[in-house]
Amino acid sequence: MNKNIAALICGILFGTGLTISQMSNPDKVLAFLDITGNWDLSLMLVMFGAVTTLTTAQYFILKRSKPVCDSHFHLPKTGNLIDSRLILGAMIFGIGWGLVGFCPGSALAALSDGKRDPFIFTIALGIGMMLFSRFDNKK
Amino acid sequence: MENFTPYSALIGGCFIGLSAALLLFFNGRVAGISGIIVDSFSAEIENRYWRGFFLIGLMFSAAIINTFFPVTAVTYSRHILLVVVSGILVGYGVRLGNGCTSGHAVCGLARLSLRSVVATLTFMSAAMLTTYIMRHVLGY
Repeated sequence: MNKNIAALICGILFGTGLTISQMSNPDKVLAFLDITGNWDLSLMLVMFGAVTTLTTAQYFILKRSKPVCDSHFHLPKTGNLIDSRLILGAMIFGIGWGLVGFCPGSALAALSDGKRDPFIFTIALGIGMMLFSRFDNKK
Repeated sequence: MENFTPYSALIGGCFIGLSAALLLFFNGRVAGISGIIVDSFSAEIENRYWRGFFLIGLMFSAAIINTFFPVTAVTYSRHILLVVVSGILVGYGVRLGNGCTSGHAVCGLARLSLRSVVATLTFMSAAMLTTYIMRHVLGY
């Protein structure tokens, strides 16, 4: 298996999951975030399904000395550091997420709808990411 | 909770988990979407390709699914400025906080990363508060 083919299949599976669970629909996400409204717990079950599947598979995968197409596993090396950047970043992301209901994955998966909002959101997402490169001095 | 769709949510979630598991199995990588987007532009050249392929798969998957199982079309009705502000905040926030829903709330939680638990609780609370203010205070 080639790295690129594997990644293509993974991307398709990821988007399929978002589409089946309707997480690419911002209204469905907002129905979860709106806890005082007609609360829809579906997002919680999506996370539960994803985390359980990954945790189980990961237990066996990480017993291998290396992945199939690479020399070693690339896991985050950030450790357990809880700093203001993590908290502030998560807060800014959360506010943006709660405004419309798109996160990076769901917006990309919704792009093929051909509608305006996912498209505009994706461009703005790129601008936000570039603004970070421009203004963040501590890499 | 008449909108609750437990079965499609669980099945969809399993697909997402399977995707992340296979990416770890084959490429040894974490399926954090925001990280994949950023690194598809900034990583060393030979490591940009697989990220590009992942994103292409992600972008075209819905079109593939809809061909076989047509789902109800989503209607978007949000003000364009709101979408722009939301996108910029999400883009900036995921970089400062090192991850989004996929990286922290799926992959990070599966690794029992303390950082990801804290990040997930923080962005969930911030998003819930924002949605509350938007819907029930501002009436948007």
